[in-house]
Amino acid sequence: MSEGSFVKPRGGRPEPVQVIKQRRDAALGALVHGVPYIQFLGIEFDRRGDELTAVLPFDDKLIGNPLLPALHGGVTAAFLEVTAIIGLSWASLWEEIESGRIDAQTLVAGNLPRLPKTIDFTVDYLRTGLPRDAYARAKVNRSGRRYASVHVEAWQDNRARAFAQATGHFLMPRMDG
Amino acid sequence: MDKEKLARQFTEAIPHARALAMRIDHLGEGVAEMSMPYDARFIGDPETGVIHGGAVSALLDTCCGASVVCHPASKGGTATIGLRIDYMRAATPGQAIRTRAECYHVTRSVAFVRATAMDDDADRPVATATGTFTVEAG
Repeated sequence: MSEGSFVKPRGGRPEPVQVIKQRRDAALGALVHGVPYIQFLGIEFDRRGDELTAVLPFDDKLIGNPLLPALHGGVTAAFLEVTAIIGLSWASLWEEIESGRIDAQTLVAGNLPRLPKTIDFTVDYLRTGLPRDAYARAKVNRSGRRYASVHVEAWQDNRARAFAQATGHFLMPRMDG
Repeated sequence: MDKEKLARQFTEAIPHARALAMRIDHLGEGVAEMSMPYDARFIGDPETGVIHGGAVSALLDTCCGASVVCHPASKGGTATIGLRIDYMRAATPGQAIRTRAECYHVTRSVAFVRATAMDDDADRPVATATGTFTVEAG
C-alpha cells in the first residue's frame, strides 16, 4: 500500500497521506519506546511503508573488545533479537491497524499488544562489528497462530556484507489475552 | 593462576560488560561464572518487568568467552563464531541473572562451550546456550 497517494477509505472518505503516516509512525513509536531495554541500547526503527530497518547508533558502551575496537557479541545478539521481535510484532500489528481492528490511538495511549516470546535464537557472527552505526532487517519466514520463525540480517557500511545474521523461533502472544 | 587473571582482565576491560554491571563470580580451568543484577533499564516486557532476552544473551556470551580465555589450551582473547540460546522460561523480575559456562572442548582453531543462565531458582534454568568461539593462533 503506497503512502504517496490517497489510501482507500477506512470509514468511507479517503484519508490524506500525512494522517496515515502519522498514525503508522505513532503506533510504531509506541511499540518501540515502550520497551526499556530497546531504549537502553538506543535502537530506533526507520519505517518505509510496512518495511522496518532497525538502527543501532554507535556508542562506547556497546564495545566488547576495546583493543580492536569491536561491538560486543552480546550487543549484536541483542540487536538482532530486538529487530526480530519488533519486526514480528509490527507485521501482525500492521494488519490490525490497516484493517481498522486496532486503533493506533489506543496503542499510543499505552494499550500495547503483548510481545512475542523468544523460544530459541541462533546467531551467526560473520565478521567483526565495527565501532560505527549498525542496521538490521527481519524477515518473517513463517508466522502461525502459535509459532513464528524469523530471520534477521545486520550490516554496517555495506548492505551486501552482513556482519551477523540470526534465526529464531518465537511464541506468539495469545490474541484472546 | 595466570589464565584466571587474564580472563578477569579480559572481561573487566569490556565496556559493555560494565554497562550491564556484569560481575565475575568464579573462574576455573575452562569454567566461568558471572552474574548481572536486576535493572529496570534492561526490561524487555514492560507489563511484567521481565528482563529482555538480549541482556541475558549478552551475559551468556560474555561468560562463554571468559570460559574460553580460562581454558588451559587458550592463548589469549577470543571472539564468538556462533551462539544458540534456548529460553526455557522468563527470569523472575527483581532477581539477578547468574550464568555458568564450561568450555568443554578446544581444537587448534575452535573452542566449544555450553552455558546455563539461572535466577534465584537454580533448579529451573532460565536459558541454556551452546556456542563456538575462535582460538587465537599462538
